[in-house]
Amino acid sequence: MKPLSPALQAPVSTLALSPAAAARRIRPAAMIRIVRYVLADILQSRFVIGYCIGLLAISFGLFGLSDSPVKGLASLLNLVLLIVPLASLMFPAIHLYHASEFIELMAAQPLRRSVILGSEYLGLVLAMTAAVLIGIGIPVAIYLPEPGGWALCLAAAGLTWVGTSLALLVAVSARDKARGIGIVLLIWLYFALLYDALVLLLMFAFADYPMEQPMLLLMALNPIDLARVAVMLQLDLAALMGYTGALFREFLGAGPGIAAAGGMTLLWILLPLGLAFRRFSRKDL
Amino acid sequence: MLRIDQLTKRFGRQYALDQVSATLEAGQAVSLIGPNGSGKTTLIKCVLGLVRPDSGTLSLRGEDLRLGWEYRRHIGYMPQTGRFPDHMRVGQLLDMLREVRRSTCDRLDEDLIGAFQIARFAHKPMRTLSGGMRQKVSASIAFLFDPAVLILDEPTAGLDPPAAEILKEKVLAEKAKGKLILMTSHLLSDLEELTTEVMYLHEGQLRLFLPVGQLKSETGESTLQRAVARIMRDSLNAAAA
Repeated sequence: MKPLSPALQAPVSTLALSPAAAARRIRPAAMIRIVRYVLADILQSRFVIGYCIGLLAISFGLFGLSDSPVKGLASLLNLVLLIVPLASLMFPAIHLYHASEFIELMAAQPLRRSVILGSEYLGLVLAMTAAVLIGIGIPVAIYLPEPGGWALCLAAAGLTWVGTSLALLVAVSARDKARGIGIVLLIWLYFALLYDALVLLLMFAFADYPMEQPMLLLMALNPIDLARVAVMLQLDLAALMGYTGALFREFLGAGPGIAAAGGMTLLWILLPLGLAFRRFSRKDL
Repeated sequence: MLRIDQLTKRFGRQYALDQVSATLEAGQAVSLIGPNGSGKTTLIKCVLGLVRPDSGTLSLRGEDLRLGWEYRRHIGYMPQTGRFPDHMRVGQLLDMLREVRRSTCDRLDEDLIGAFQIARFAHKPMRTLSGGMRQKVSASIAFLFDPAVLILDEPTAGLDPPAAEILKEKVLAEKAKGKLILMTSHLLSDLEELTTEVMYLHEGQLRLFLPVGQLKSETGESTLQRAVARIMRDSLNAAAA
C-alpha cells in the first residue's frame, strides 16, 4: 500500500470502520467502474443507434411538415408518447434477458448484487436517455427552443426512466424470456392504448356524478398521461389538453400541475426500481 | 477448506440438493459427476452464492457463505457457456474484471492469458468469438485473480486438444500449490489425470465422495471411468433390489 500524504490521511475515527461500513464505502466506485463498460456496450448496439436516428428523422419530419413549430410539437408529442414507452420497455427487457449469463458471471465476483443490477440499469437508462435527448432534443433546439419544447424532451426522458424501471422489474421477476417480453408488451398496450379507453368508459358510466377528482387520480396512475399533461401545461394549448389536462390545470394551475406530474413520475420510476432490487437480491440465478 | 453441511435446495417439489454434506480440502481436485439434473450445477451455484439454499450451511475458511459477498474474492469461476455482452471487447472484459477485483487480490496470474494468446484477439468484440475462444477467455478469467478455490464448469468442453492440455496443466500446477479445484464434467476420462476425489450426485443426493485411489481399489477397476460406471451400476442394482 502506498503511504498517504499527511493531508490525505483520514482521521482515525473514519479509518476504524467495520468491514460492512468499509464495503459500503467502496460501493459507488465499483458501480461506476462497471457502468462505464456496460454503457459502452449498449451504446454500440444497433437498436440504440437506430432508435436515435429514427427519432431524429421523425422529429425533423414533423417539424418540417407542419405550418408552425407548435403544431409540429403537438403531433410529435402524440408519436413520442407511443414510441418512447414502447422502446424503453422492450429494449431493456430484451437486453437483460440477453445479458443473463454475463449477469451470472458478475454475480460470481466479489460484488454486491445491487452493484450489478444498478450498473445494468444505469447503463440501459443512460443510453436510452441519450438516444432520446439527441433524437428529440436537437430538432427541438432548432425549431422550438422554448419551454414547451424542452418540456417534451424532459417528458420523453421521464418516460424512458419509467419504462426502463418497469422493464427491469419484469426481467428480474419473470425467468422465461418469452413471457417477460409478453408482459412488457402488455404493459405498453395497457398504458398507451387501453387505459384511456377504460377511463372514457368509466366517465360515460358515471356521467351523472362529479368525476373530476377521481379522474385526476386515475390520470396520475398512468405515466404516459402524466407526461402528456406536463407538456400540455407548458405549451398552454387549452384546445389540445383534453379533459384530464384541463382538469389538472383548473385544479392545480400550470406550475404546481407540472410539479405534481413530475413527482408522480418519480414515484413511477422509484417504485418498480425498488421492487426489482429487492427481488434481485434474493433471486436464484 | 470448503464445508458443505446438510445443504438442501428445492425447486418446486423437486429436490435439486437433498441434505448434501461434504468437506473439501486445499490441494484436492474434486470432480463433480452425475447425470443431467442431478444437482451438480445447483451445488456449484450455491457455493458461488448464485442460488440461495433452503437450508443447510456453507462455509469457506470458516466464513459463512450465506451472509456476505466478500468471500467470493477467494473464488475463481469458469462458467460453462460464457456468453458475454455483444459489443464488449475481450480486452475490455478483462480490464473491467481487473478493475473490480484488483483491490481484493494479492497478485494477478496472467499465465493463461499468455498461454492462450488472448492478446491476439483482445481487440475483438465478444460476439465474433468462436465457442472455443470464449472458453479460453472464461478460463483466463477464472485463474486471473489467483483465487484459493477454482470452480470450473465443464472446463474442457469446446476446447481444442492443445488448449485443453494447457488448461489441464494449469489445473495441476494450481492444485500442487494447494488450491482447491471443484469441477464438473460429463466425460470423466477427460479429467482423469487431474482428479483426486470423486463426488457423485444422483437426484440431489450425494451418493459417493471418495479419493480416486480408494475408489479404484474398492471396485478393482483400473480407470476412473470404469470405476464410476461400476459404482453407478451397483447403486442402481441396490435400489432395484
